[in-house]
Amino acid sequence: MPRKRSSRRLAADVALLAVAAAFALPLAWVLLSAVDPHAGLRVRVPGGVTLDNFRAVLTPDITYTPLLNSLVLCGGATALTVGCAALAAYPLSRFRSRLNRPFLLTVLFATSLPVTAIMVPVYALFVRVNLIDTFQGTIFFFAASQLPFAIWLMKNFMDGVPRELEEAAWTDGASAAQSLLRIVLPLMGPGLAVVTVFSFVMMWGNFFVPFMLLLTPDRMPASVSINDFFGNRGMVAYGQLAAFSVLYSTPVLLLYVLVARRLGGGFALGGAVKG
Amino acid sequence: MRRGNPAVRALPLAPALVLLLLFLAGPIAYCVWIAFTDLQLTGQAHSSFVGLANFRRAFRDDAFLHAVRLTLVFTVLSSLIGQNTLGLALAALMKRASKPVRTLTGGIVVTAWVLPEVVAGFLLYAFFRREGTLNAILDWLHLPRQNWLFTLPVLAVSFANVWRGTAFSMLVYSAALDEIPAEITEAAEVDGAGGWRRLWHITLPMIRRSIGTNLMLNTLQTLSVFGLIWVMTRGGPGNRSQTLPLYMYEQAFQNSMIGYGTAVALLLLVVGSLFSVVYLRLLRTEV
Repeated sequence: MPRKRSSRRLAADVALLAVAAAFALPLAWVLLSAVDPHAGLRVRVPGGVTLDNFRAVLTPDITYTPLLNSLVLCGGATALTVGCAALAAYPLSRFRSRLNRPFLLTVLFATSLPVTAIMVPVYALFVRVNLIDTFQGTIFFFAASQLPFAIWLMKNFMDGVPRELEEAAWTDGASAAQSLLRIVLPLMGPGLAVVTVFSFVMMWGNFFVPFMLLLTPDRMPASVSINDFFGNRGMVAYGQLAAFSVLYSTPVLLLYVLVARRLGGGFALGGAVKG
Repeated sequence: MRRGNPAVRALPLAPALVLLLLFLAGPIAYCVWIAFTDLQLTGQAHSSFVGLANFRRAFRDDAFLHAVRLTLVFTVLSSLIGQNTLGLALAALMKRASKPVRTLTGGIVVTAWVLPEVVAGFLLYAFFRREGTLNAILDWLHLPRQNWLFTLPVLAVSFANVWRGTAFSMLVYSAALDEIPAEITEAAEVDGAGGWRRLWHITLPMIRRSIGTNLMLNTLQTLSVFGLIWVMTRGGPGNRSQTLPLYMYEQAFQNSMIGYGTAVALLLLVVGSLFSVVYLRLLRTEV
């Protein structure tokens, strides 16, 4: 029944293209408006192409400082998350203990708690201990909120590394720390990349955490500073807003593509949580 | 298995434990405490224990109950119905579609997911605004236009959440569908089972665990959406798109009532925990 199959494929193609078009419209707006000298709120092909919008936002105030802040916050928090998660995953994956299961269940439970709900008490707590409006406080909280899922993912990836290789190293006198650093982590490169990129992407896009914990405008990451395009500057320059959105989104899109490629298409995350 | 002192072996857990206790468990414990106090942002230096007053107040407050209803509508519309069903439909269609269409659609849907929350909010703000793309399309089709963010704000933010979150369900269901052995589907086809019957009697039962975990994660995610709604409507007009997280923020900061705002947060946390427990049960055999 080749004819039936090909007509079915055609129907699926048409349906998918319709959905793709609907999903693409808002994306088209940001791409077209970024190069449109007279950008408005609707999707339209610009009369002429200009880079003025990019030129206007590429200043220390509007773009460089917020992106640098984002980089410091998310880079620091990601390093902390991945480091702590790798260390924590090792005993969970390698040594048997009665406490492993309860610990992992707690971690999994924490993974799905709505972090939004604890932002108000975190704010109150940070005011008390003088961590409010500091990079280190925000980094610590970011890392802690990402840790449960990172530990969970990391442990699953680590379980995939065969134990025999390590046992050989142990007989040669390597310590647990050495075998983690020299054998296990290098062997789980793709898994490490997934945890790193996923943590970074989640924090890069997070709005509520820095919105609550940072106060000084100079310290705001891009996720919060983008709000300035409304409000303070009076008339909204939609072209500039679009240009900034493109600049701000590109790094995480590239990182995602990098990881997705390396893992051969589908994000391993889909597999990690499919249950 | 090498032997060693259990305390030494558990040492690598320490940094993660310290972080989790100080910055996650600590705030949750603190949350439980201040939800029972009248802590305020300004004015009084000391707060006092007020027992269940904050909670009694919440359940008598129409604005709170309104926020609860809106959160339910938002979650059911965008997560249970929208993201979940569309994600499954996309995954199923992709199994049949040609490769270029599959790659293109997957790429676009996933891009919407990877974009930062606030950027996604702005894109859909532009889409739904009175001068925006949706009305331009309606004009072109000679259909009546609407001021969407004003007349139907919950519908607009729900669509935004579907736009942003469907990729996750799509990825989960694609992985699940790939694991159904082709022979089973083919056998049913030979026996003359039509598309809907196959879906109902074979596909859905076989991926029901994925459906469970996916629904759970989607729901929890949607329950705590803040940035997307904040950017699109700020909870307005009035409080017509003010879901629980936005209500919590308003009470705690615009009205300076940290104690009351935290009580609302605690309720949200309790709902999240209940979902979390169900999710754990679904995953029970995995750990």
